[in-house]
Amino acid sequence: MPQYLISVWHDDDYSDLDFSDPDTQRMATQVGAFNETLQQAGAWVFGCGLRSASSATVVRADDGDVTMTDGPYAETKEQMGGFWIIEAADLDAALDWAGKAAAACEGPVEVRPAEGG
Amino acid sequence: MAEPLADVFRREAGRCTATLIRVLGDIDLAEDAVAEAFAIAAEQWPIHGVPPNPGGWITTTARNRAIDRLRRESTRTDRYVAAHRLEADMDPEPNPELDDVDAFVDVVPDDQLRLMFLCCHPSLAADAQVALTLRLLGGLDTPEIARAFLVAEPTLAQRIVRAKRKLRDNHAPYRVPSAAELPSRLHAVLATVYLIYTEGHTSTAGDDLHRVDLSREAIRLGRVLTELMPDEPEAVGLLALMLLTEARQPARTNPDGTLIRLADQDRALWDRDLIAEGHALVRACLRRNQPGPFQIQAAIAAVHADAATAETTDWAQIVALYDLLYEVRPNAVVALNRAVAVAELDGPAVGLAALDAIDTALLDDYQPYHATQADLLARAGHRDAARAAYDRAIALSTNVAEQRFLEAQRAALGAFR
Repeated sequence: MPQYLISVWHDDDYSDLDFSDPDTQRMATQVGAFNETLQQAGAWVFGCGLRSASSATVVRADDGDVTMTDGPYAETKEQMGGFWIIEAADLDAALDWAGKAAAACEGPVEVRPAEGG
Repeated sequence: MAEPLADVFRREAGRCTATLIRVLGDIDLAEDAVAEAFAIAAEQWPIHGVPPNPGGWITTTARNRAIDRLRRESTRTDRYVAAHRLEADMDPEPNPELDDVDAFVDVVPDDQLRLMFLCCHPSLAADAQVALTLRLLGGLDTPEIARAFLVAEPTLAQRIVRAKRKLRDNHAPYRVPSAAELPSRLHAVLATVYLIYTEGHTSTAGDDLHRVDLSREAIRLGRVLTELMPDEPEAVGLLALMLLTEARQPARTNPDGTLIRLADQDRALWDRDLIAEGHALVRACLRRNQPGPFQIQAAIAAVHADAATAETTDWAQIVALYDLLYEVRPNAVVALNRAVAVAELDGPAVGLAALDAIDTALLDDYQPYHATQADLLARAGHRDAARAAYDRAIALSTNVAEQRFLEAQRAALGAFR
């Protein structure tokens, strides 16, 4: 069955989740419920939220030399906040899941098909 | 041959391609196969005559040529296997047509529906939906489509390639949407056909106001849709709207190509047959009593068509219809068109008030907004403001005939000084 990446995007770097914030709690509950429906439907492959982009490190390997830079790869403001890998019969099914994901996170998500499949 | 092959192609291409996509599970393969079959038809039919079922002949020949090709080309074998597997995934019933080369493959009406919904998939941008629809269902080739939209051929070709690739890479399914999804998916299809129609009706660039081919093609697709989905009143509404608009074509332009407004058109030139057909469809929609945006717009066009002269137009009825349209489509363009009708009913000052009530941020780059404002300002006696509004409209117009009309309107203001 084809697999799709559903990724969550923020307009700029976001801070780590503050679970005392009622908005965060609400979204966490929504996402938790969404994850359950994915798992029950057999569509869940993997998914998680990511720590903020400032926690990232870029690693390059050039001619055997491994170098590291602090910060995200993307120099744009927009940063990925989390993602799911799902299995779905076709694009329409994947987009249906993505609609629910976007509602759960209260923000835009991007759907990309995995190679192969 | 009784009917030129080119006409047969245009008529059958969409239906054959639609069925072949289902049988072969691949758009490019289907397109190539249909093209090959037509090439064979061009050789054989002049000698042996046109077969009694040309569509079925094309589809069967195309299917057989495609399978021959797949079996010959080793690189394609994986795709053949993949296509077969795709078919098995999508459709639990085995597909006898794929293997039995003696089986006659006839065009299936549902396949055209599947193809329409695929071409107008919501994951594609509007211009890609239009290009794919014209190419796969309309049977227009890339140069024809590019010329119609005044887009460079390579650009249009790339647009189609990218759209097909996106659908393939994302595993877009070949199906008629479920009942839950149907309203929004159908609206995308209808909107695409209407976009094609309006592009033919008023080209967005270049010298000619009216591209006959695209309008005719859109009406043809509209007829196909109403045949395939007779229980969808919005499809009927779209066809009615296009027919009633098309009826006014003969009166719409001067010999030199300049635009004649609805109010000034010689209604004796309107096509009475198209109006009769449009009216009948609108009446059928009214009986259904499931109003929707295309039906309401068709009803508005019907009210215009009913008026023997511009002066006898039932503007009260039109305003009421725009009120109804605004309920289902509360957007700035509908509000703008409503304001035009309000001005006809209650005078330019009231019309201007209705214009002011619209959030102009949405309409700032919309030429008809400035043209309407200019017209109402002029009628209300505010000539300087009208002149400025005409300037803005002219600057935004991308159609030469339209520009000439607006310039003439602006020039007429100066005559009253």
